[in-house]
Amino acid sequence: MAYAKLQPHQYMILGLVSVCTPLGDSCLSRGMAHLPAITLAHPASLITAVFTPWIALGIALLIGYFASYLIALSWADLTFVMPAAGLGNVVLALLARFWLHDPISIQRWVGIALITVGVGFVAHGPSLTERPTEPASEEAAR
Amino acid sequence: MTIPFPIVTAAFWTAAAMITAIVLTSTAGEVLTAAAMKSIGDLDEIRAVSGLKGAIRTVLTCPLFFAGVFFLALSFFSLLFALNHMDVSFVAPASASLTLVTNAIAGKFFLKENVDRRRWISAILVCIGVYFLAH
Repeated sequence: MAYAKLQPHQYMILGLVSVCTPLGDSCLSRGMAHLPAITLAHPASLITAVFTPWIALGIALLIGYFASYLIALSWADLTFVMPAAGLGNVVLALLARFWLHDPISIQRWVGIALITVGVGFVAHGPSLTERPTEPASEEAAR
Repeated sequence: MTIPFPIVTAAFWTAAAMITAIVLTSTAGEVLTAAAMKSIGDLDEIRAVSGLKGAIRTVLTCPLFFAGVFFLALSFFSLLFALNHMDVSFVAPASASLTLVTNAIAGKFFLKENVDRRRWISAILVCIGVYFLAH
Protein backbone atom coordinates (compact mmCIF):
# COMPACT_ATOMS: atom_id res chain seq x y z
CA MET A 1 0.00 0.00 0.00
CA ALA A 2 1.85 3.05 -1.31
CA TYR A 3 0.06 5.62 0.86
CA ALA A 4 0.09 3.80 4.22
CA LYS A 5 3.42 5.29 5.30
CA LEU A 6 3.80 9.04 4.93
CA GLN A 7 7.10 10.57 3.80
CA PRO A 8 8.88 13.21 5.96
CA HIS A 9 7.90 16.04 3.57
CA GLN A 10 4.27 14.91 3.82
CA TYR A 11 4.44 15.20 7.62
CA MET A 12 5.88 18.71 7.10
CA ILE A 13 2.89 19.63 4.90
CA LEU A 14 0.50 18.34 7.62
CA GLY A 15 2.48 20.41 10.16
CA LEU A 16 1.95 23.56 8.07
CA VAL A 17 -1.78 22.75 7.83
CA SER A 18 -1.86 22.50 11.64
CA VAL A 19 0.11 25.62 12.55
CA CYS A 20 -1.11 28.15 9.95
CA THR A 21 -4.81 27.80 10.90
CA PRO A 22 -4.73 28.83 14.61
CA LEU A 23 -2.18 31.58 13.92
CA GLY A 24 -4.29 32.93 11.04
CA ASP A 25 -7.51 32.76 13.10
CA SER A 26 -5.80 34.63 15.97
CA CYS A 27 -4.73 37.42 13.59
CA LEU A 28 -8.27 37.64 12.14
CA SER A 29 -9.75 37.79 15.62
CA ARG A 30 -7.38 40.56 16.70
CA GLY A 31 -8.14 42.52 13.52
CA MET A 32 -11.94 42.14 13.72
CA ALA A 33 -12.04 43.04 17.42
CA HIS A 34 -10.63 46.50 16.58
CA LEU A 35 -13.29 47.25 13.96
CA PRO A 36 -16.71 48.76 14.67
CA ALA A 37 -19.67 46.35 14.63
CA ILE A 38 -20.55 45.21 11.10
CA THR A 39 -24.23 44.68 10.26
CA LEU A 40 -25.94 42.82 7.41
CA ALA A 41 -27.18 46.23 6.19
CA HIS A 42 -23.59 47.17 5.25
CA PRO A 43 -21.91 43.95 4.06
CA ALA A 44 -19.35 45.93 1.99
CA SER A 45 -17.56 46.89 5.21
CA LEU A 46 -16.41 43.23 5.39
CA ILE A 47 -14.47 43.84 2.16
CA THR A 48 -12.72 46.94 3.53
CA ALA A 49 -11.83 44.92 6.66
CA VAL A 50 -9.72 42.64 4.43
CA PHE A 51 -7.19 45.45 3.83
CA THR A 52 -6.41 46.17 7.51
CA PRO A 53 -2.94 44.88 8.65
CA TRP A 54 -3.99 42.13 11.11
CA ILE A 55 -6.70 40.80 8.76
CA ALA A 56 -4.23 40.90 5.84
CA LEU A 57 -1.63 38.94 7.88
CA GLY A 58 -4.33 36.47 8.92
CA ILE A 59 -5.33 36.02 5.28
CA ALA A 60 -1.66 35.47 4.26
CA LEU A 61 -1.36 32.70 6.89
CA LEU A 62 -4.66 31.18 5.79
CA ILE A 63 -3.44 31.18 2.15
CA GLY A 64 -0.37 29.24 3.38
CA TYR A 65 -2.74 26.87 5.16
CA PHE A 66 -4.89 26.47 2.04
CA ALA A 67 -1.92 25.67 -0.24
CA SER A 68 -0.60 22.99 2.15
CA TYR A 69 -4.15 21.71 2.72
CA LEU A 70 -4.68 21.22 -1.04
CA ILE A 71 -1.36 19.37 -1.35
CA ALA A 72 -2.31 17.12 1.61
CA LEU A 73 -5.75 16.37 0.12
CA SER A 74 -4.10 15.22 -3.11
CA TRP A 75 -2.52 12.25 -1.29
CA ALA A 76 -4.69 11.79 1.82
CA ASP A 77 -8.37 11.51 2.77
CA LEU A 78 -10.30 14.49 4.13
CA THR A 79 -11.09 12.46 7.28
CA PHE A 80 -7.33 11.90 7.74
CA VAL A 81 -6.26 15.53 7.19
CA MET A 82 -8.96 17.18 9.34
CA PRO A 83 -8.01 15.63 12.75
CA ALA A 84 -4.33 16.28 11.97
CA ALA A 85 -5.21 19.96 11.53
CA GLY A 86 -6.62 19.95 15.09
CA LEU A 87 -3.08 19.45 16.40
CA GLY A 88 -2.46 23.16 15.71
CA ASN A 89 -4.56 24.08 18.76
CA VAL A 90 -2.20 21.98 20.89
CA VAL A 91 0.88 23.67 19.38
CA LEU A 92 -0.61 27.09 20.13
CA ALA A 93 -1.48 26.14 23.74
CA LEU A 94 2.00 24.69 24.36
CA LEU A 95 3.65 27.81 22.87
CA ALA A 96 1.52 29.94 25.21
CA ARG A 97 2.58 27.77 28.19
CA PHE A 98 6.32 27.43 27.58
CA TRP A 99 7.10 30.60 25.61
CA LEU A 100 4.66 33.16 27.03
CA HIS A 101 4.49 31.36 30.44
CA ASP A 102 0.66 31.50 30.41
CA PRO A 103 -0.92 29.13 32.95
CA ILE A 104 -2.85 26.16 31.48
CA SER A 105 -5.77 24.76 33.49
CA ILE A 106 -6.30 21.01 34.03
CA GLN A 107 -9.24 21.18 31.63
CA ARG A 108 -6.93 22.49 28.89
CA TRP A 109 -4.35 19.76 29.59
CA VAL A 110 -7.19 17.23 29.19
CA GLY A 111 -8.07 18.89 25.86
CA ILE A 112 -4.43 18.71 24.73
CA ALA A 113 -4.27 15.02 25.71
CA LEU A 114 -7.52 14.20 23.88
CA ILE A 115 -6.44 15.95 20.66
CA THR A 116 -3.01 14.30 20.77
CA VAL A 117 -4.53 10.84 21.29
CA GLY A 118 -7.12 11.53 18.55
CA VAL A 119 -4.45 12.57 16.03
CA GLY A 120 -2.29 9.60 17.07
CA PHE A 121 -5.26 7.29 16.42
CA VAL A 122 -5.83 8.51 12.87
CA ALA A 123 -2.11 8.83 12.06
CA HIS A 124 -1.60 5.10 12.71
CA GLY A 125 -4.18 4.19 10.05
CA PRO A 126 -3.91 4.43 6.26
CA SER A 127 -3.92 8.01 4.94
CA LEU A 128 -5.92 7.20 1.81
CA THR A 129 -8.93 4.96 1.13
CA GLU A 130 -7.93 2.21 -1.25
CA ARG A 131 -10.21 2.04 -4.27
CA PRO A 132 -10.53 -0.86 -6.73
CA THR A 133 -8.92 -0.16 -10.12
CA GLU A 134 -11.47 0.81 -12.80
CA PRO A 135 -11.88 -2.09 -15.28
CA ALA A 136 -12.32 0.40 -18.14
CA SER A 137 -8.99 2.10 -17.45
CA GLU A 138 -7.28 -1.30 -17.19
CA GLU A 139 -8.62 -2.22 -20.62
CA ALA A 140 -7.53 1.12 -22.02
CA ALA A 141 -4.04 0.54 -20.67
CA ARG A 142 -3.74 -2.80 -22.50
CA MET B 1 -15.98 27.72 26.59
CA THR B 2 -19.34 28.68 28.03
CA ILE B 3 -22.25 29.80 25.89
CA PRO B 4 -22.39 33.52 26.72
CA PHE B 5 -26.21 33.75 26.78
CA PRO B 6 -29.22 31.77 28.06
CA ILE B 7 -30.73 29.26 25.58
CA VAL B 8 -34.16 30.95 25.36
CA THR B 9 -32.92 34.35 24.12
CA ALA B 10 -32.87 35.59 20.54
CA ALA B 11 -29.10 36.09 20.92
CA PHE B 12 -28.69 32.33 21.35
CA TRP B 13 -30.53 31.59 18.11
CA THR B 14 -28.58 34.29 16.28
CA ALA B 15 -25.32 32.73 17.52
CA ALA B 16 -26.56 29.25 16.56
CA ALA B 17 -27.44 30.51 13.05
CA MET B 18 -23.97 32.07 12.65
CA ILE B 19 -22.20 28.87 13.79
CA THR B 20 -24.48 26.72 11.55
CA ALA B 21 -23.69 28.94 8.54
CA ILE B 22 -19.93 28.58 9.18
CA VAL B 23 -20.17 24.79 9.67
CA LEU B 24 -22.37 24.09 6.62
CA THR B 25 -20.48 26.31 4.18
CA SER B 26 -17.14 25.06 5.49
CA THR B 27 -18.16 21.40 5.15
CA ALA B 28 -19.51 21.95 1.60
CA GLY B 29 -16.30 23.76 0.64
CA GLU B 30 -14.00 21.14 2.14
CA VAL B 31 -15.86 18.20 0.60
CA LEU B 32 -15.88 19.83 -2.86
CA THR B 33 -12.19 20.77 -2.58
CA ALA B 34 -11.30 17.24 -1.41
CA ALA B 35 -13.27 15.78 -4.35
CA ALA B 36 -11.40 18.12 -6.71
CA MET B 37 -7.99 17.10 -5.35
CA LYS B 38 -8.89 13.40 -5.51
CA SER B 39 -9.92 13.80 -9.17
CA ILE B 40 -6.63 15.59 -9.92
CA GLY B 41 -4.34 13.06 -8.17
CA ASP B 42 -1.06 13.40 -6.25
CA LEU B 43 0.21 16.98 -6.75
CA ASP B 44 3.80 15.91 -5.94
CA GLU B 45 3.74 13.48 -8.90
CA ILE B 46 2.15 16.09 -11.20
CA ARG B 47 4.81 18.63 -10.18
CA ALA B 48 7.57 16.08 -10.86
CA VAL B 49 6.25 15.59 -14.42
CA SER B 50 4.90 19.04 -15.39
CA GLY B 51 6.66 21.36 -12.92
CA LEU B 52 5.08 23.79 -10.45
CA LYS B 53 3.29 25.76 -13.19
CA GLY B 54 1.78 22.54 -14.55
CA ALA B 55 0.57 21.55 -11.07
CA ILE B 56 -1.00 25.00 -10.49
CA ARG B 57 -2.60 24.90 -13.98
CA THR B 58 -4.08 21.46 -13.25
CA VAL B 59 -5.69 22.73 -10.03
CA LEU B 60 -6.94 25.99 -11.59
CA THR B 61 -8.61 24.20 -14.51
CA CYS B 62 -10.71 21.96 -12.27
CA PRO B 63 -14.34 23.25 -11.95
CA LEU B 64 -14.93 21.34 -8.69
CA PHE B 65 -12.05 23.27 -7.13
CA PHE B 66 -13.77 26.60 -7.83
CA ALA B 67 -17.07 25.31 -6.43
CA GLY B 68 -15.15 24.38 -3.26
CA VAL B 69 -13.40 27.76 -3.09
CA PHE B 70 -16.77 29.53 -3.48
CA PHE B 71 -18.18 27.76 -0.40
CA LEU B 72 -14.92 28.24 1.54
CA ALA B 73 -15.11 31.97 0.76
CA LEU B 74 -18.70 32.01 2.05
CA SER B 75 -17.48 30.23 5.17
CA PHE B 76 -14.66 32.76 5.61
CA PHE B 77 -17.01 35.75 5.44
CA SER B 78 -19.45 33.98 7.78
CA LEU B 79 -16.53 33.54 10.22
CA LEU B 80 -15.54 37.23 9.92
CA PHE B 81 -19.16 38.24 10.53
CA ALA B 82 -19.43 35.96 13.58
CA LEU B 83 -16.07 37.18 15.00
CA ASN B 84 -17.39 40.72 14.78
CA HIS B 85 -20.34 39.79 17.02
CA MET B 86 -18.95 37.05 19.29
CA ASP B 87 -15.77 36.12 21.12
CA VAL B 88 -13.20 34.04 19.23
CA SER B 89 -12.97 31.68 22.23
CA PHE B 90 -16.57 30.67 21.49
CA VAL B 91 -16.76 30.91 17.67
CA ALA B 92 -13.48 29.17 16.73
CA PRO B 93 -13.77 25.99 18.87
CA ALA B 94 -17.54 25.62 18.34
CA SER B 95 -17.27 25.83 14.56
CA ALA B 96 -14.01 23.82 14.41
CA SER B 97 -15.27 20.93 16.52
CA LEU B 98 -18.67 20.74 14.80
CA THR B 99 -17.01 20.89 11.36
CA LEU B 100 -14.87 17.85 12.30
CA VAL B 101 -18.01 15.78 12.86
CA THR B 102 -19.88 17.04 9.77
CA ASN B 103 -16.76 16.43 7.66
CA ALA B 104 -16.54 12.84 8.88
CA ILE B 105 -20.19 12.29 7.93
CA ALA B 106 -19.80 14.06 4.56
CA GLY B 107 -16.53 12.21 3.88
CA LYS B 108 -18.27 8.88 4.38
CA PHE B 109 -21.38 9.62 2.31
CA PHE B 110 -20.17 12.00 -0.40
CA LEU B 111 -16.49 11.11 -0.83
CA LYS B 112 -17.00 7.38 -0.06
CA GLU B 113 -14.00 7.48 2.27
CA ASN B 114 -13.37 4.53 4.53
CA VAL B 115 -14.39 6.24 7.80
CA ASP B 116 -13.70 3.27 10.05
CA ARG B 117 -13.98 3.08 13.84
CA ARG B 118 -10.47 4.51 14.21
CA ARG B 119 -11.40 7.69 12.28
CA TRP B 120 -14.72 8.15 14.12
CA ILE B 121 -12.96 7.85 17.48
CA SER B 122 -10.28 10.27 16.30
CA ALA B 123 -12.83 12.85 15.08
CA ILE B 124 -14.80 12.64 18.34
CA LEU B 125 -11.66 12.82 20.56
CA VAL B 126 -10.35 15.86 18.67
CA CYS B 127 -13.84 17.43 18.79
CA ILE B 128 -14.07 17.03 22.59
CA GLY B 129 -10.41 18.08 22.94
CA VAL B 130 -11.02 21.33 21.05
CA TYR B 131 -14.00 22.00 23.34
CA PHE B 132 -11.90 21.47 26.50
CA LEU B 133 -8.98 23.47 25.13
CA ALA B 134 -11.25 26.47 24.57
CA HIS B 135 -12.14 26.67 28.28
